[in-house]
This record gives sequence, structure tokens and C-alpha cells, in this order.
Amino acid sequence: MLKTEQSKVDIPRNPGMPLELDYIKDIKVNRSAVERRAKTHPSRRSIKKQWQAAWLLKAITLIDLTTLAGDDTEERVKRLCRKAKQPVRKDLLEQFDLGDMRITTAAVCVYHNFVKTAVEELRGTGISIAAVSTGFPSGQISMENKIKQIKASVADGANEIDIVISRAKVLSADWHGLYEEISAFREACGEAHLKTILATGELGHFENVAKASMVAMMAGADFIKTSTGKESVNATLPVSLVMMRQIRAYYRMTGFKVGFKPARGIRSAKQTLAWLSLLKDELGDEWISPHLFRFGASSLLGDIERQLEHNLTGRYSASFRHAVS
Amino acid sequence: MEVRKIMESMEYGPAPESRENADKWLDKFDRKLKIFIANEWRDSETYFDSIEPGTGKVLTQIAAASDKDVEDAIQAAKGAQQSWADLGGHGRARYLYAIARQIQKHQRLFSVLESLDNGKPIRESRDIDIPLVARHFYHHAGWAQLMDEKLKDYQPLGVIGAIVPWNFPLLIFSWKVAPALAMGSTLAIKPAKLTSVTALLFAEICKNVGLPSGVINIVPGSGRTVGEYIVNHPDIAKVTFTGSTEVGKHIRKSIAGSGKKSTMELGGKSPYIVFEDADIDSAIEGLVDAIWFNQGQVCCAGSRLLIQENIAKDFIEMLKQRMSKLRVGNPLDKAIDIGAVVDKNQFNTIDHYVKIGEDEGGSKFQPTISCPDEGFYYPPTLFTDISPADTLAQEEIFGPILVSMTFRTPEEAVKLANNSRYGLAASIWTENLNLALDIAPKVKSGVIWVNSTNLFDAAAGFGGYKESGFGREGGIEGLYDFVKPK
Repeated sequence: MLKTEQSKVDIPRNPGMPLELDYIKDIKVNRSAVERRAKTHPSRRSIKKQWQAAWLLKAITLIDLTTLAGDDTEERVKRLCRKAKQPVRKDLLEQFDLGDMRITTAAVCVYHNFVKTAVEELRGTGISIAAVSTGFPSGQISMENKIKQIKASVADGANEIDIVISRAKVLSADWHGLYEEISAFREACGEAHLKTILATGELGHFENVAKASMVAMMAGADFIKTSTGKESVNATLPVSLVMMRQIRAYYRMTGFKVGFKPARGIRSAKQTLAWLSLLKDELGDEWISPHLFRFGASSLLGDIERQLEHNLTGRYSASFRHAVS
Repeated sequence: MEVRKIMESMEYGPAPESRENADKWLDKFDRKLKIFIANEWRDSETYFDSIEPGTGKVLTQIAAASDKDVEDAIQAAKGAQQSWADLGGHGRARYLYAIARQIQKHQRLFSVLESLDNGKPIRESRDIDIPLVARHFYHHAGWAQLMDEKLKDYQPLGVIGAIVPWNFPLLIFSWKVAPALAMGSTLAIKPAKLTSVTALLFAEICKNVGLPSGVINIVPGSGRTVGEYIVNHPDIAKVTFTGSTEVGKHIRKSIAGSGKKSTMELGGKSPYIVFEDADIDSAIEGLVDAIWFNQGQVCCAGSRLLIQENIAKDFIEMLKQRMSKLRVGNPLDKAIDIGAVVDKNQFNTIDHYVKIGEDEGGSKFQPTISCPDEGFYYPPTLFTDISPADTLAQEEIFGPILVSMTFRTPEEAVKLANNSRYGLAASIWTENLNLALDIAPKVKSGVIWVNSTNLFDAAAGFGGYKESGFGREGGIEGLYDFVKPK
């Protein structure tokens, strides 16, 4: 979307609230019912023709284009930023009669070492810079160092911080400790938005996911995010449903809207439609915005581009016809 | 619509399933479907219109069977029965497997025809009705093979008269046909007058797989003529009926003293019980499958919502929100939740009950969602402020109408749940295993679902207590209704 339009949207930031332990303890999630809903949902919502094209273009504006690899270099990150600025081939946009619309991804997501590179590369574009932090992906470093990492990334110009929680605190039901930890992260973030990675694949079961989601929001998370991409199980539709429902519960309770970011595991254009329609049906249209929803993905964009071209021509193009990041 | 505008609104667009092959199939018969007796299509002097509920237009005409046609159908079935039984379980299983495979092969055609004819969403006919039909034939093919071993002291009944309702035209058809064939009986079947189309496609498939002549005979027409003739015929060994309690009672009176066996799967007013410790979001989602499945035209629909008093206020508020996300529209659209009710009469019946509910002081809620102008679309409706004494709490509406009441304790939940002349199904929602296991056997229902609803399988017997009927369909318990001791 046009960045000027985007910045007009004024969604009050979640200030958090005192931890309500009784509420957390009462959270119930029925696994088989959740799985059934998640399994049947994609078969209940089919999006075709120009609607599909529009939804996929919208999906691009919700992507946190990500590179989090040991072999990342400055040049690699620059390439990623260029792709974020120009994610779809111009001739395709023109055929959709969107030649004048500036479509970019919502953010790029990198390690702390590349925040400066990204800031320079994306200056004036309105694209956010997200840094993973607090001992990403495992979180197994001291609290002191976690806070230092957040502050360093914010100082370098990151405006979104993707933190990881201490899974041990969830597994030992130390909700108070988790609340304190995330509250401290939020404070360290200052103006930067706090995206809380729950690492759902390591939390054992849905009830823990739901409880950790609620604690994170009570502690002031701006976004809750499924996973780092480094766990063996990352974003699934059932786990996303559990988190979306907690976001809805928090909104009912406080009136504040918290964002959701499924990360890793969403690789096809078709999957994005399942996630967006679930988001629309569970949370509502206002969540389909970069302020309240992100796809954490690296290879997804390529499949969306191919699907968009298919939408125009009826044929799938080879992947080499679309620029890589 | 422009891509740019959709990007702003992020609305759903139409996503229709193609009806081309279904239209071609109907055109092959010049939209005049015939009676099926002894593997032959038979013409009739009179044809009746079959309406497409999604548009209100005529879908096809169907031959109405005369008394002579029904007589011939029963005689054909009688003539074929002994050799069908003599074929043995393994021999019959070959045909059942062949039918199951053909249903899978033509699954798309069956689904589209079912949605056109009945008005149910294509998602349901595609993902639920037709796959379950195939499953029933596979399952019962297995039972045919096991008959000599597991039912060695039993023998086939003879000629079965089957009367099928319009809400699950082919699914309930197969609940009757598959076990009958497996156990060595033959049939004369009357599909519902409103929805005969898929039964006739099924007949074509039987012909194609070479099912022996006379084993299956399909006689479309009204209950008053065709149904009466079947029920009262001396050569009928058993009547298997699914439909209203009123007609069920009438059939039972007709066959009293005749020695005919019967299975009656009748009405319901099934309770949907939500305890305070349930996963509320999931319980609300379950209601979508309970009462807005097939437009609520489901005998086991969870139409009586019983909520524990202390969570009722929040529950109802969240339920109303969920209802506002339901999409009502063209049954062939792959992105709708609720299609069209079966015909104008049913629409009026539902509307009549809704007016009674309002007159008796119930609070009606209907979300502001759009319904198509043409066709028979009834919006999802919730009634609160309802008590057991109200008409809406007692009568089966057979539409997308949910009535809600509250209870204070588990004992009271059971009391309210059983305070009905029906006893078909019940859903219980709690995360407390002990509570679920305590309550389930106390609720007098043929089927109890815990933390789920409207789940069916060929291996699980289905049927009711009290005015919901008797006999079971599916599983080994269902087989005993299709055999007699040697």
C-alpha cells in the first residue's frame, strides 16, 4: 500500500496491563476442536480471480522479508532490501492497473549486525527494520545481555525488535517471571515495537501457547509471533488460530489491538490465503494491515509472484522470471 | 471489480464451482429423469418439477411412479433377492466395492448435483456427504465379506422398502442401501420428492457396474402414493424410514401387525451443553457445525443451546460476533457457510416458528449479513430469553434457528437436556473429563459427542430414543436391523 496511507492509520499501542494470574490459569484450549477448525477452514474459504490477485498483493505488503543465516553479509542484506522496495515486477503491477501504487513489503528482518546496512538502504521508504534479539533463536543468554542487545539494535535504527522468550519460564509455568522478562524487554525497546516470539514448537501444547500469548500481551507486546524459524515445528494454522483467539480475548478485555506474526512454514501463495481468511474471520478486517499482521517469510514472495503472473496469463512462469532477493 | 478496490476492502469474491458437467448429465436425459426398475429406465405419464433451491428455478423434471410402477419395482426386487443372497457375501462385496469406487470417481458430479438439488453448500456435499457415501459402501462391503463369520446365525430379510428424506439425499440413501445389499436383501426405494436427482445418478452407476437386475429399484414420487404403496405391500419385509416423527408414527400404524420390521430415524431437538470450564471459542465454533450445518436441516442438529449461567452473557456476545462472520449464498460457491433451505414450504415453516418465538417473548438475533434475493435463503438466527415451556424449546424447526437457555448445575443441565420428547443426539463441552463421563450416560440420546458435534462414520451406529425413533444405521449394530435369525 502507499506508505503515506499507511502512516495515517493510528492504532494506539498496547500499553500492557497488570498480570492477572487467575485469568491465565483459567485459559482452556481444546486441541481436537482447534485442529478441526484449522483443518476445515481452508476448505470453507476459496478466493479466486481478481480477488485472489488483490489478496496476494495485500499479502506482499504484510511480509517481513527475512534473512537470518550464518552466511549473511552486507551485500546479501542490501539485495534483500532492494527486493523489499520492489517486490513485484513492474509490468505485472501495470497489468493490474496498479502502476502508480507503491507496493513494498512491510519490513525486512535481519540480525543486529545488519541493522545499519538496512537502515541506510531503506531510508525514506517507510519500510520497517526489524532486528531479532535477546539471544535469538534460543534465548539462552543472560538477561543483562538480552537488554543490551535490544538497546544496541534500537540505537542502530531498528524500529521493530523481534525478541525470543525464555521457554523454560513457560514450561515451568513461571508466568510471573515471563511477564517480568517481557515487560523489561518492552521498556528497553522504547519507541521501537516489540514483537514477542513464543517459539510455539517448543512449548509443548496449545494451552501453553495460549497462556504465553496472553502473558506477553499483558506485558505490553505489540505483536505476538509464532516462532523463530529455527524450531522443528514453526507456524501452523492450528497454533495461529490459538494465538489469534487470545488476541481477540485481549482486545475484548482491554480494547487494545495486538498484532500477529506467523513465521516460517508459510511458503505458498495458497497458504497466505488460508491465513488471511482465518485472520479476517477470527479477528476482523482491521487486522489485515501491516500494523497488525505480518508474514515472517523468505521464500514465500517468489511463489506469490508466480501466482500473480498466473492470475494474469493463466500460465505459471518459471521462477527465474522473477527477481530473487 | 478492480484489484485496487479489493485491496482496500479485502472482501471475499464469488468462487463458484462449475455446474457444467451436472447440466450436461441432466441434459443427457432432456431434463426428464425416469423411474429405475430392473436396470431399465421407465417413462411415466406424469412428471413433476424438481426445484433448485439456490435459484428457485426448475432444475429438472422427474417421472412420478404410478402404483403399477411401484408394484413392478417390488416384484423386480423380489425376483432378484434369492439369487442376490445366493451370491454370497464375497460375491456381493465385489459389487459394493465397485459402487464405492464409482462414487469416488464421480464424486464431483455427485456433489454438484446434490448442491443444485438440495441447496446445501458445495463444501458440505464435496467434503462430507459424498465422501461418507463412498465410505458407507466400502465399510459395508467389508461386512458383506464377514457375514458368514460374524452373522452366521442370521439370514437376509428379503425386500426392503426404503423411504429417504431430502436433507441428506444420497447419504441417508446409502445408509439404507449399503447394509441392505451387504446383508443379501434387495430394495424398492423412494427418494424424497424434493431431491431425487442423485439417487438416479446412483442408479446409473449401478447399471454401469453390472449390478444384477432388480437388486435396486428407484421409484420417485410422493409419500402419499409411492410411500404408502411400499409401506403397505405384503412382499415388503422391512420398512426403513428417515423423516418426520409424524410420518414415522403413521408408517408404524400402517405396518402394525403385518410382521414387517422397521427402522425409524425421526426428529430431534438435540441439546448442546456448554459447561463453564469449556474451551469457549471452540464451543462457539462447534455451534457453526451443529446448527448452521446444512442450513440446520439436520435431524441431529444441536438446536437447543444449554449454557452454564455464569458464562452465558459472554458466550452469547461472542456467539453473535461469530454469527456476523457467517456467509450465506449460492450453494455452489466454495466460500459460503450457509446455502438455501430446501424449498419455499420449508422457508415458510421456519419463518412461522421464528414469529412464534417472537410472540412468546423470545429475543431474536440475526446478524446483518446479506442473503441473495432469489432462492430460499434463511439467515442464521439465535433466540435468547427462551425457557423450556416455549414452543421453540420443544418443537423441531429444521432450520438455522438456535435457541439458548441456561442451567446452574450439571444436574440441571441433564434435566433440561432430557426435557424433550426427542432423544437423537447431544453435544457436551467441558475440559473436565470426569464431568463429561458423568454427564454423557445420563443424557438420553442415541449419539453423544464430547467437545465436538455432527461427526459421522459408517462404523458408528446412528439412531435415537423416544420420539426420535428406533433402530440403528451404521456399524455392526446397524446390521442387525437388516437380518433375521436363521
